[in-house]
Amino acid sequence: MDAIQHISPYLISNYVFPNDIHVHWSMMIVLYPYITGLVDGAFIVAALYYVFGVEKLKPVARFSLIFALAFLCCATLPLLLHLGRPERNLNMMITPSPHSAMAGFGYIYGISMGVLVLIILFIYRPFLVEQRLKSKGVMEILYRLLTFDSTNVSEKSLNMDKKIIKFLVAIGIPIACVLHGYVGFIFGGVKANPTWSTPLMPVIFLFSACVSGMSAIIFAYIITKTFTKQKIDMDCLKILVNTLAGFFILAFCFEMLEVFSHTYLRSGYHHMVEGLLNGPLRDSFWKYQVLYFSVVPLFLLGFICLLPIKQWLYKFTAFITSFLLLLQVLFMRWNVIIGGQLMSKSARGYTEFHPEWFDKEGIVAVIIVMAIPFIILFVLGRIFPFWEKDSVN
Amino acid sequence: MDNKISMDNKISDDRRSFIKKVLNGTIGGSLLLVFSAGAEIFKSPEDIPAQIPSLKNKEYEITKAHFAFIVDITKCIGCGSCCVADKREYNVADGYYRTWVERYLKDYDDNVYVDSPKGGLEGYQSPREDIDVKVRDTFFVPKLCNMCKEPPCVQVCPIGATFQTPDGFVLVDHKRCVGCGYCIQACPYSVRFLNPVTKTAEKCSWCYHRVRKGLQPACVSVCPTGARKFGDLNDENSEVSKILKGPGVITVLKREMGTFPGLYYIGARREVI
Ligand code: SF4
Ligand code: SF4
Repeated sequence: MDAIQHISPYLISNYVFPNDIHVHWSMMIVLYPYITGLVDGAFIVAALYYVFGVEKLKPVARFSLIFALAFLCCATLPLLLHLGRPERNLNMMITPSPHSAMAGFGYIYGISMGVLVLIILFIYRPFLVEQRLKSKGVMEILYRLLTFDSTNVSEKSLNMDKKIIKFLVAIGIPIACVLHGYVGFIFGGVKANPTWSTPLMPVIFLFSACVSGMSAIIFAYIITKTFTKQKIDMDCLKILVNTLAGFFILAFCFEMLEVFSHTYLRSGYHHMVEGLLNGPLRDSFWKYQVLYFSVVPLFLLGFICLLPIKQWLYKFTAFITSFLLLLQVLFMRWNVIIGGQLMSKSARGYTEFHPEWFDKEGIVAVIIVMAIPFIILFVLGRIFPFWEKDSVN
Repeated sequence: MDNKISMDNKISDDRRSFIKKVLNGTIGGSLLLVFSAGAEIFKSPEDIPAQIPSLKNKEYEITKAHFAFIVDITKCIGCGSCCVADKREYNVADGYYRTWVERYLKDYDDNVYVDSPKGGLEGYQSPREDIDVKVRDTFFVPKLCNMCKEPPCVQVCPIGATFQTPDGFVLVDHKRCVGCGYCIQACPYSVRFLNPVTKTAEKCSWCYHRVRKGLQPACVSVCPTGARKFGDLNDENSEVSKILKGPGVITVLKREMGTFPGLYYIGARREVI
């Protein structure tokens, strides 16, 4: 407390409103934007190939889509675990309140899911048609459904597919941006919380989403290819790393801009925010989010993007950097969501948060929730082989 | 919902006249003030004679009433009776508060020390020994739902489980609430919490169930000093409308939030948040 008292005269008694002692949005709400962020970032990678024709990204394009789908399937899971009455969750879709930002979640989520599934089905149509012709019984019915009951893989129809895919991905981009910008807005729209209530919030969430998704793709690409002793396409990796660097610079600038504008303006709640960042969040914000997981990767990215270095070193650095950036985004989510709530609305003090192990929002639950998308990814990989070399094309 | 509620006076004449006698008697009155603020609340709500004058024996039209709550800080003695009444009325779980009382201490350097141990539930018998400064000023501030006219909690609730009634109440429909806690984040006054039993959002309701029977909120009826006042602003004779129309400085909390509270404070200093 001593340190905090020096910072702000308002904090003399560290008074926390009695109901503010509890952190209501805990670990699951940290995971929720993290997972949707991974979805968005991965989707953007795919979009770069399918819409903007960045041919060099072909090796990871399909994987990115399946990765996005696997994580999108789990995006509602943390929310359900968090709800006090999860059995009533559909109320949000049945009787949505038009004034509430959160009421749109079900619809935006549903639309993203629909578009993503359609994109994947069109992209895999030739492969699925082939499977359909080979299979019998239930599997045949399944493949019939997945191929829209069409076995037409003539060049004309494939060209048509391409157009449809381009169109779907093109509308998928704004949907992905809306999904994540909207997640940011849910926080930004809470005027009672000075660390959240900023118009920059959706932008920060959006860029950090792209950062996490791209890092995940790079990380998974390097790790799977290395373990299966396949060749890593260096052109593809370089484009990924360069794009990641661009997005990360933007994300980091906005994150810092937010802090520095607070610090410079020194208005209103500044003292409280300052006390928060230098008090309860000193380690998780300055040390981890900013120093270890932002400044270090920034240098690493500069190193591999600007200097001519050996391939193995490039791969190794890219691998490390993507891992650090995955953690950066996780810490950023933590600092925004948990950190924002550590500050009492009394503007006179901070509460504490200690995650439990076996709570429904505890550490074990977090590990399980984070493991499920990987299981789904594995299963999906059996149905939709995602690395280019397995392609039937 | 039925707009009109007939306000049957359930208290028999006998009992009423008896209570009147007790209330009018000086000894009885002062005894009540000293000892029975707590005892009063052990009775069932119907036994409490603190009816809202404007509602008594009158049909209550929900669209014509506009309720307001006034807290007079100059009168609050921090006894915690209101918190006890509230806790009993709603069986509020430990560690959560629908209403609470804060104690403010100010020293000669303008430093402000605020605390509210157990929400003031047990009153403030002892001074703060952890503060080694000369105290210049001290006062108590009861807190409860502000029944905002532009309530952020209603705005954010994704399913409309938190809603506003025409007579100025912001309430939670516990049968619909999904327990997402968005309203808890959005309330600038931190009066909301997640009920650990029902797992739905909960907050002070200004005792809506009592008000609709013509009774005062539980906390108002037990306050021994009259620091809490409640009534219909559309009734010119009610105490609250006289206070609000009269002279004197009356303020609301966190005006800059733009929530337009229906809870007013008399004598609140700028230190109060
Ligand atoms: S004080 Fe809080 S809970 Fe009460 S109406 Fe205002 S925002 Fe809603
Ligand atoms: S917790 Fe209940 S009342 Fe509050 S916003 Fe969620 S659904 Fe609405």
